[in-house]
Order: sequence, then structure tokens, then C-alpha cells
Amino acid sequence: MLSRKATCKSHGEDSSYFLGWQEYEKNPHHPVRNPCGIIQLGLAENQLCFDLLESWIARNQEPTGFMKKGGSIFRELALFQDYRGMPVFKKELAEYMAAIRQDKVRFDPNNIVLTAGATSANEALMFCLAEAGEAFLVPTPYYPGFDRDLKWRTGVEIVPIQSSSVNNFRIIPSALEEAYQHAQKLHLKVKGLFITNPSNPLGTTLSIHELDHLINFAIDKNIHIVSDEIYSGTVFDSPRFISIMEAVMKKNLENTAIWRRVHIVSSLSKDFGLPGFRIGMIYSNSKTLIAAATKMSSFGLVSSQSQFLLSRILADKKFTRSYIMENRKRLKNRRKTLASGLQKLGIRCLDNNAGLFCWIDMRCLLTSYTLKRKWSCGGGSFSKTG
Amino acid sequence: MTGTPSAEPKESIRSPTRTGMRLIVPLQGIVQGRGGLILGSIIPCTLFYFLQFYLKRHRSPPQNPPSRSTSAGNLSDLPRSSSRANLLARGSTGRAHVSARVSCIAKPNDSPYYIGLDRVREDPYDEMGNPDGVIQLGLSENRLSLDLIEEWLNKNCTDSILGVGGDALGLHGIATYQPMDGLMEFKVAMADFMTEVMGRKVSFDPSRVVVTSGATPALEILSFCLADHGNALLVPAPYYPGFDRDIRWRAGVELIPVHCRSCDNFTLSITALEQAFNQARKRGQKVRGILISNPANPVGNMLNKDMLYDLLDFARERNIHIISDEIFAGSTYGNEEFVSMAEIADSEDADKDRVHIIYGLSKDFSIPGFRVGVIYSFNESVLAASRKLTRFSSVSTATQHLLVSMLSDKRFDRAGCGMHKKQWGLYCWVDLSRLISPYNEKGELDLWDKLLNRAKINVTPGSACHCIEPGWFRFCFTTLNEKEIPVVMERMRKVVESCKPSV
Repeated sequence: MLSRKATCKSHGEDSSYFLGWQEYEKNPHHPVRNPCGIIQLGLAENQLCFDLLESWIARNQEPTGFMKKGGSIFRELALFQDYRGMPVFKKELAEYMAAIRQDKVRFDPNNIVLTAGATSANEALMFCLAEAGEAFLVPTPYYPGFDRDLKWRTGVEIVPIQSSSVNNFRIIPSALEEAYQHAQKLHLKVKGLFITNPSNPLGTTLSIHELDHLINFAIDKNIHIVSDEIYSGTVFDSPRFISIMEAVMKKNLENTAIWRRVHIVSSLSKDFGLPGFRIGMIYSNSKTLIAAATKMSSFGLVSSQSQFLLSRILADKKFTRSYIMENRKRLKNRRKTLASGLQKLGIRCLDNNAGLFCWIDMRCLLTSYTLKRKWSCGGGSFSKTG
Repeated sequence: MTGTPSAEPKESIRSPTRTGMRLIVPLQGIVQGRGGLILGSIIPCTLFYFLQFYLKRHRSPPQNPPSRSTSAGNLSDLPRSSSRANLLARGSTGRAHVSARVSCIAKPNDSPYYIGLDRVREDPYDEMGNPDGVIQLGLSENRLSLDLIEEWLNKNCTDSILGVGGDALGLHGIATYQPMDGLMEFKVAMADFMTEVMGRKVSFDPSRVVVTSGATPALEILSFCLADHGNALLVPAPYYPGFDRDIRWRAGVELIPVHCRSCDNFTLSITALEQAFNQARKRGQKVRGILISNPANPVGNMLNKDMLYDLLDFARERNIHIISDEIFAGSTYGNEEFVSMAEIADSEDADKDRVHIIYGLSKDFSIPGFRVGVIYSFNESVLAASRKLTRFSSVSTATQHLLVSMLSDKRFDRAGCGMHKKQWGLYCWVDLSRLISPYNEKGELDLWDKLLNRAKINVTPGSACHCIEPGWFRFCFTTLNEKEIPVVMERMRKVVESCKPSV
């Protein structure tokens, strides 16, 4: 009696990623109440800088009380449901995005579409760029949620671009071509590349060479590039982060066709540690896409309360810049602590400069090295598996 | 003042030959708050009487009921939603690279409903700053009780967002990932609120609540759950213009209008439903359910218990679903009590699985900006799928925390926020057929154009709502304040004077 979409498994939530999460929720670790519970290492959530945000909120009561100079803003917020988003918030978001990218790229607030989290943004982009049955090429390893977010309701297929530990999982031109040919064999029309930069789960940033390969490939095949840059604010070490937009500009390709086929997804869930506020965005130079995605955002609008509060936080440039720096410092220290602890156990981490995670090599613990990896919850900790 | 509303609905319906305008004033609304109580009664009464008075003075001598133009005769065959789809596809500016969905939607909206909303956005009326701007009567938004909520917030806000008093959770509780289908305490608060709004005749179970970022995604999610691409839902017409987008666009589910007529006060009939179902079957179109709005938008009438039971029988016999959009449930009328589909489902255990309800806080609680909608279903599989799908349309945790506090605060005047009976709803369904010429969709759109661009009043024409009879318009009045009413009347007067009655 239900639709095929409701009853099929293409939501992808029966993978180990989700199953592990469910196990954690049944038995979560607590130092006092449940010391033997499962420790959550499978959720990329940034809780390192809540103290900074809390003290900002304590010093700035007005925005949380729906107040600003001149009085209450509650009425306007309660009624604000314009899918184009709050102009003041988009302006601050554009400036924040530029700051994260060392001001190498300027963003036009009119090219921003707000969505209820990056999940909503990614799905909307798929709806906008591809028909059911068409495909996007995605470098592996990739975030498990993409199987749900990119494929489920849209009917779009993912064709993986394989990578290997031999070269630290870098994207190489031959792998791109191989993936494209594979899609052709499956009679899938390729509409674009979907990259995550910095990478999840690797935690590495794409080099300018990799970005160049991707851009050249997209020009050659006449396809889109979607760059999920949700972790752009978590880069805590060199090399510095290079956005796809910067790479395109470096090649002097503004106002060419590829300029309008490059789209960025971002959110405040990772670098700002605010996933609960559900603030995501699409950025594109294609006016056609922006027009459509704006209307589509009706299905996942950002609460006006969130927009207002975050516009005030981001407008405090001094706070925002110091927050970015402190966040990076804490991420670097935390990564160092985890990596050195694992090293003492003889477990290697991929050398990464970004993200809220490490990509760990546990092959030495496998009883036999096959493509099917086993995992166990017996030890009481859950981490993402490849 | 309270006497007048109860006399209204039946007596307000007059034949076009007597007054030139038929006004169905539906919905004893939940007009909230002290100011709202008065405004919510005054505004629709005033609108009604002014229009009546003006038209009585200015109408031509009674004539025979206008004969329909030849094009009107084709209206019942004209699938308006598909003609609109053709309009949208025509002259597409989409590049070859984007999907067909983008090509058809990226160009400016050409539904009068959306065009009107855009015009108000571009040129909004303001008494001092822009007295020649467009007055908004096209958005069913309730501003009449915001003062109550504002008052509560002034006393309670920061504590509510960050945790009460010394709660150690602080930002951690609201900023981190939480269940995408809503916090349990929020579902409890919403279930409790819905129970009160719907008269305590059914008790809503929090475990059947899925929270979404507004009623729009709630409806889309249900469409994805209940129907495959190319399947159809039957929907009584006239209906809310947004359904075309919410159901057809991404889910690819078709809407088959079941036309209701003024001679029946736009009441749905099972016969018409049956006819539409059979015709769909003949065309090879698989009907997966019925979508009802109760109270109805744009007409504003309510489905009574008998009809709801009949609908459930109809759905059972054909093994289809019922989606009941009850977003205006807090707008009840006179002696008639609102009956939720949940009440019917409660009493019919065997068929519960096919009943799904949509609710939200945009209308009854006047907070469309905070984006809170609900799917309520008796079907475990639908709930399971919806909980996953709402990830794409999730609600801010901070907003949920705030609303939990508000909805759970026993001191908060929830009664003032709208449990009163004998209040007015958010809009009127107005018959201006005598002012259009020719008597068809074109004539109606010509009048709409005059109202929007000359009179600068944004109202919604019936054709945008797939109404089969030309000349009906929806006037929303809860975005007005008292001073704007005479301005509206004066502008209407100029348009009415320029219209000749149809022959």
C-alpha cells in the first residue's frame, strides 16, 4: 500500500554507518551513569568550542530574546517565510564564507540559497541537475549518507571514482576516466562530479592539481561539479584550503560555461558546530539554478529564528575570526592526541589537515584481508568503517 | 458582535441576482488574543457589509443569470493543472544542462497566486511610507495574536532557548545533532496542543508525530510515501494553489480535481469523487488516495462527521489513503464543531492505517517563520519512512525548545491563543462573477489583473485554485489592520465601477 520509495532500501540506512549509530543510541557511554556504554566516534559533530558560543550568547542577550536596537523583532521573525532568505543573514554568510577561504573568493549573497542543513542542499541540487536514472561520479571513500541524500528520492545514481591507499586516496585523472567509462557501460548518463572538499571521511583537502584535473574533466565532458565544502572551516593545518571556486578563477574561467556549472554546498553544522540549527546553503553562479533551488527550498526552509541569531553572531567579525582560529587550534590538538594514542597501539592514521575525524588503517587487525570488512561492537566503541 | 457570526454562513449566501456578490464567510476562526477577538470579528463583517452595501448601490437592474460562454462549457473538461504545466514548460529558459524540473520552474511563476505574492513583495503597502503600494489579501497569515506570544517571549525567552535557569545542557542541548523527526518533548507538546485545538475529542499520541519544517514538506513527504511517480491523488477543488507544487513537482504525483460547485455551497459529494475515480481508472491512472483540506482552503467550509465516515468508506472500498490537511483546525465556526479525521480513524480500528493528518503552527499559532509542521499517521510504515525523509526538512532544535516551553507553560494563555469558538477564520470566499466579462477564466483573470495592478489589492482568483466556476476570489483578511479596511473598500469601489456586469 505504500510507494516503492517508502518500502525500498535505497535510503541506504541499513549500512554499518547507521547500524552502528543505532547501537550507540541503545547503549550510550557516560563516564558516571554508563561507563561501559558505547563511545561515539561515528558522528562528525564539533563540540570543541561550545564554551566560546555560550559566552557570546551570554554577552549578547538581545538576539536570543528577539530584540535588536529599536525594539522587538519578534513579529517580523514570526511572519518571515520568504524562501529567498533574510538578506542580512545571507550577506553575513557570504562574508563568512569568504573569510574561511582567506578572502581569495568573494561571494554574492544573491547567489546563495538557504536550506535546512546541507542534507537538504545536496538533495535539492540533485533534483535540479539530474533526472532519475542519471548519474554523478563520486570519489571514494565517501560519506555514507550520500547514498540516501543523493539517490533516494531523486533516483540519481552514484558511480564511484576509485582511489587507493597506495597514493593516499588522491584523485587521479585515469580514475576519473575509468569511472566515466564504467557509467557509459551501465548506460548511465553522467551529469556531474560530486566532490567533498575537505574530504569526508579522509579529512584531507584537495590539492590544486586535483582540482585542475576535476575542472578540466568537467569541461571536457560538459558536466557539472558539485563541491560539498561543509568542512572548509575545519582546516587546521597546511596545506591551506582551496575552494573549487578559487581554482576556477585561477584558470581565468569566470564567465565561461564552466563558471555556471560549479556549485558549492556548505553549512554551519561542522565548522561552527551548530547542526541543531539546521542551516545549510547552496552557492552557484547559475541564475537558472538559483531560481529553481530557491523555490525548491520551500521544502526545507531555515527557521527565521536561526537566521536572525546567526546573522548577529556572524556580524561580530572580531568574534567570528577569533572563533575560527581557536576552533582550528583545538581541532589540531585533538587530532594530535587521538593520532598519537592510536600510534602507540600500532595503528596508523592517514595524515590529514582538516575535518572532525581521522581515517584510520586497521587492516592489521583484520583476520583476512577481503573486500568484506568485519566489525564488532564488543569492545564498546563504534567508529565508521570503510 | 458574537450574535452576527453565528447567523452568517447560510444567510450570507444569496443569489447573484440579488446582491451582485455572494460572500461565503466561513470559519469561526481562531482569532487569537484580545485585539484579535475584536479584529477577527470586525474585519470580515465589515468587509462583507461594505461590499454588499456598495454593490447594492451600484449594481445594474436584475437580469437573467448570465449564460456561460462557450469556453466555460469546456471548463469541466479542461484539466487546469495540466494546462498550467504546459504554460510553465512553454518558453522555457532552462539550459540544456539542468533537469526538466528546473526548466519548468526556474522561470518566473505564472500562477496568479504567486504573481500576486511577488507583487506585494516588490511594492508593499505602507500607510506612511508607501500609501500607493499593493495591499495584501492573498496570504492566509494570521497576525492577530502575535502580541500574546511576544509578551510571553519577553518574559521567558533566553531561558527557553538555552535551557531553564541553571540547566547544564545549555548550548549543547540545542546545537548538537538531535533526532531529525523532532525532540520527544516537542512531540509531546505538539500532540497535546493538537488535542486541545481539535476539541479534546481525540487524544493525539506523541509517538505518531513526525516533525517537519512546515506543512509544505509534510505534504510532500506523504506524497513520496503513499504514491509512486505518475500515480494520482483525488483532491476536492477549488484547492490551495500550493498543492500543485507540493505534490506534483518533485514527487511526480498527479492531482485530479473533484469539482465542487456553488449550488452545493462547494460541498464535496461522494458521487463526484466516485466519478473522478472511475474516470481516472479508465485513463489507466492509478489513484492512491484522497487529499482533503479540512477546514477547506480557499472556501473555508468544514467536512462534517457523516462526510468523513463516507470518505473513509470510500477509501476502504478502493483500498486508498486519506490525507487530511487540518492546518486550519484551530479556525472553527459557530455552532458547528470541527471534526478531525483522527476522530473518525480512532473509532474505526481496521482502517486506521490509511489515515494521515497534516498540521502546523503557521496558521493557528501565527508563526510561519519558525517552520513547524507535523505529519500524524496511524500507519507504522508511513511513520518509519517519514522519520527518515524528514531529514531533508528538519526543524531547528532551538525553535523546538522555545516552543516546548511555550506550549507547555500552563500560565501561557493558550485559550487566548485560539481555543475560542465563535471566532472568524482567515479568509472569505467571494463571488465577483457579476463583475467579470466574459464569464470565463479570461474574464476572471482580467478582473484579477485590474484588482492587482490598478486597485493594487492582491487577492487570489478562483482559477489559481482550480475552481470550475469563474468569478470566485479568496480574500484573506488577517494580514490587515483596521485602518486598511476603508482603503481596501475605496480601491474596490474604483474597480467595481469600471466593471460592467456580464451578459
